Amino acid sequence: MSYTIEGRTGTWEIVVGLEVHAQIISHSKLFSGAATTFGSDPNTQVSLVDAAFPGMLPVLNHECVAQAIRTGLGLKAQINLHSRFDRKNYFYADLPQGYQISQFEHPIVGKGAISIELQNGDVREIGITRLHIEQDAGKLLHDQDPTKSFVDLNRSGVALMEIVSEPDIREPEEAGAYLRKLRQILRYLGTCDGNMEEGSMRADVNVSVRKAGEDFRTRCEIKNVNSIRFVMQAIEVEAARQVEIWENGGEVDQETRLFDPGRGETRTMRSKEDAHDYRYFPDPDLLPLVLEQAWVDELAANLPELPDDKRARFQAEYGIAFYDAGVLVAEQAVADYYEAVARGRDGKLAATWVMGELFAALNRTSNTIETSPVSAAALGKMLDLIADKTINGKIAKEVFEDMVETGESPEAIVEKKGLRQVTDTGAIDAAIAAVLAKHPDKLEEYRSGKDKLFGFFVGQVMKETKGKANPAMVNDALKAQLDA
Amino acid sequence: MLTGLTLTQARAGLAARKFSARELAQAHLDAITRLNPGLNAYITVLPEADVLASADAADARYAAGTAGIMDGLPIGVKDLFCTKGVRTTAASKMLADFVPPYESTVTANLLGAGAVFLGKTNLDEFAMGSANMSSAFGPTTNPWKRKGDDTTALVPGGSSGGSSAAVAAGLALAATGTDTGGSIRQPAAYCGIVGLKPTYGRCSRWGTIAFASSLDQAGPMTRSVADAGLMLEAMAGFDAKDSTSSNRAVPAFHKAVGKSVKGLRVGIPAEYRAPGLPADVLAMWEQGIAWLKAAGCEVVDVSLPHTRYGLTTYYIIAPAECSSNLARYDGIRFGMRKDAPSLDGVYEATRAAGFGQEVRNRILMGTYVLSAGYYDAYYLKAQKVRTLIKRDFEQAFETVDVLLTPTAPSAAFAQGENMDDPVQMYLNDIFTVPASMAGVPALSVPVGLNETGLPLGLQVIGRHFDEETVLSIGGALEAAAGFTHIPSVHAGAGA
Amino acid sequence: MSLDLATTRRIAKLARIGLEENELEATRQKLNGILGWIDQLAEVDVTGVPPMVGTETETLRQREDKVTDGNCRNALLACAPETSGPFYTVPKVVE
Repeated sequence: MSYTIEGRTGTWEIVVGLEVHAQIISHSKLFSGAATTFGSDPNTQVSLVDAAFPGMLPVLNHECVAQAIRTGLGLKAQINLHSRFDRKNYFYADLPQGYQISQFEHPIVGKGAISIELQNGDVREIGITRLHIEQDAGKLLHDQDPTKSFVDLNRSGVALMEIVSEPDIREPEEAGAYLRKLRQILRYLGTCDGNMEEGSMRADVNVSVRKAGEDFRTRCEIKNVNSIRFVMQAIEVEAARQVEIWENGGEVDQETRLFDPGRGETRTMRSKEDAHDYRYFPDPDLLPLVLEQAWVDELAANLPELPDDKRARFQAEYGIAFYDAGVLVAEQAVADYYEAVARGRDGKLAATWVMGELFAALNRTSNTIETSPVSAAALGKMLDLIADKTINGKIAKEVFEDMVETGESPEAIVEKKGLRQVTDTGAIDAAIAAVLAKHPDKLEEYRSGKDKLFGFFVGQVMKETKGKANPAMVNDALKAQLDA
Repeated sequence: MLTGLTLTQARAGLAARKFSARELAQAHLDAITRLNPGLNAYITVLPEADVLASADAADARYAAGTAGIMDGLPIGVKDLFCTKGVRTTAASKMLADFVPPYESTVTANLLGAGAVFLGKTNLDEFAMGSANMSSAFGPTTNPWKRKGDDTTALVPGGSSGGSSAAVAAGLALAATGTDTGGSIRQPAAYCGIVGLKPTYGRCSRWGTIAFASSLDQAGPMTRSVADAGLMLEAMAGFDAKDSTSSNRAVPAFHKAVGKSVKGLRVGIPAEYRAPGLPADVLAMWEQGIAWLKAAGCEVVDVSLPHTRYGLTTYYIIAPAECSSNLARYDGIRFGMRKDAPSLDGVYEATRAAGFGQEVRNRILMGTYVLSAGYYDAYYLKAQKVRTLIKRDFEQAFETVDVLLTPTAPSAAFAQGENMDDPVQMYLNDIFTVPASMAGVPALSVPVGLNETGLPLGLQVIGRHFDEETVLSIGGALEAAAGFTHIPSVHAGAGA
Repeated sequence: MSLDLATTRRIAKLARIGLEENELEATRQKLNGILGWIDQLAEVDVTGVPPMVGTETETLRQREDKVTDGNCRNALLACAPETSGPFYTVPKVVE
């Protein structure tokens, strides 16, 4: 346990569980045919069902069910062939029905696990308690009017997956690693875009503290934290707050809190008198959801390769290091790019180029892998030119820069600039002769035993050939001539 | 007399061009003008021009030979079905000015079959009641009077009391109803008409204002059993917009009426012989049994041991579902709003002012039985007992084809009676609730008058999706009973 | 189980129905009468009996993931008691 809080009365550890709300990628809403596009005009993506008009009824979106199952499979979790929708009853201005349709007693996905990797290389497994499907609420705008809140129901009824972890997390860093890994898996599966800024992935953080060996103490839930950094900060300040309370002889109240990133503190969200009683019961408008194992098997068979599997395969197939493979699979698009470059080529060299020159160029030009000015095919072609000795590694960097700048093919650039590697022994010999003639003094020193000057001669010959000479051939020929 | 026809007779008359749909509609509009102020059967009567325009369109279809099965037939629509562009109130102040921008599936089906809507009929607020006393638009009065007592206003039953009164009094040839625990059958019995609650899932619930989703079912209220079959054909059918809608084919229900019932096995549930059942009701039941025996049915004693818990179970489940279903009436997106400085203030003021006392009490009861600490003892327990009730029916239907019971434990009672003790009021549904709990179809057929001159009905309960056998048996009862009585308030009287 | 005034107040709050003190007591009495009657359910043995969910004649149907609805803001907002521009409005909510 590396993260602890030293209090006056002893050492405290933290206990954290996360409830992640991930917006399911689908064209239409969970129970209505309205669209789900982010950022549309207020209240345009609202049907009578979403606005809960009298007599309106929910009809389940098949794709949302499939997405939840794919996610469950990606989390190596139990898929429940029998599940059910329940109503969670409460009043709020963003909740038109007066209840949220969710899954309380019988979720569609049961226990699973995610393995996370920490900075120091440690790998830990965090348990998944369950995953269920539910409706999102609408949005309130508080800053449009001095006395009114405005209600936009575009998001009302959009499908969410709530993914609940076990209270297995013991460090803020683990919480960050868990969220990054979960987001990576969701993106690989194509079940959620993981965009925390747009709210398509949000976390509720359950935090408690205890002394070593104790049972769990009272926890607080910090609602709707919308960035990984804030989750980690919220855990730190909330844990410190709780330690302070316990050590002063107080009691931590089980309550819902909000994290205020500006002040770096959490504060209580609802007073106790308002304690919710959600009165869950099976939604009588919906029948039990019964799935066929054969369909689940079919979804499993068509699941994309997941990050951990891809990482292992990259190591085995392309001979690259564990760390490098981890970097390359972090995002699916990068992994695809890398693989397109590496396939049938030197995997290590491909990794060096993608992680080195390409990443640097993307960074410099403010591009992402999707908008890369150099396509995977073009970079691959350039590696081919190195492999077939058309250019050498040094010239390759120059060619690559030109590719970034102009978007032209490596072959065209080599031709245009006459960068083809010199492999003609006559030309190399001539360049060596010219260099030796220019530096008789150095030649004398070398021959009198100053071996280190060999490098100087290589450099001069390369310069004489404008860098285009094949370095290995230069080496050989130079050695032969100097030692002659 | 155009206002006294059955749907079947009117359909034949229109097809034979004996009268036009316009004449038929006009006769009903006139009757409504004359009698509705006294009966209050309609909350909203459609503008005459609109009704006549629909009738003219029907006449055109008859002329073109493209008439549908309900074409030109003027009917009332319970004001619980949302009707596009026509105020739909659920008899609640909450929705007093609500004009839906959509048409319920059931009414759309009826319009598609050519029906002409006359107006929206009165009901207990949000369909919660058995006497039509809880309407925010005032009670509906039963067109029947006790023999020798013209002054005592009787209830038409509920919740579809406006529909039953309108059909009985000649203010519509037929009307739609909805039935959650007896809301079609009991008012049909109280008003001397036929009422059919189909199998749960037979008619779409889409666009019908919900009371208790697992029980609500729309159905026809008519003057004959064949009419009930005909109208159900028009109302029923699979609807992809209702997840509980059945995709079974809709048979030609009306053809089931008149089919021989010889050899069918009729179960008489012992538990329905409740202590204190009035002699007139019991006698009518015995009479019904005798008629069916005479028609060749085999009468079998059966037991539905959990039926006595039907009513209590119902009064947990229905309020629980209603407490959640009615949460959407919050003053924000439609309906009434009472302003207050805070959001909770708006909710509390709107819902206190918008809902009447019975609705408020049921919402509170439902909230209570679902709340933490009580859920298992009430709601979960009730759902388990509901399983037992349903099993009782399934077991009975292993040996019999239908069950025969009284529809209600009494004839219509006076307005104001049974108002102080809710349990006493609830007991009106004691015979109708079990079929609702099990989701099976049930029909009420008027079979005679009691000694005070008020109609009594018998209930035929059938297997899931076997409305046809129910209608066949109902047709046999109807034929044997020859019920042709007409209430003292009727469009034909003095016309 | 018998209902006390505090519980009556709590469920009225949960249901967001604003009742005056005198109404609360009348409501409590009415509900208590019904609850007393309902308590007869206690005598039913339901050991091993599953709760009925739905009517158990069908299982849940699902629809295709297609955009078939929405884009009806004007029709929706026309039904609302209070709006501002493209929004529904409520008294300001402070979180």
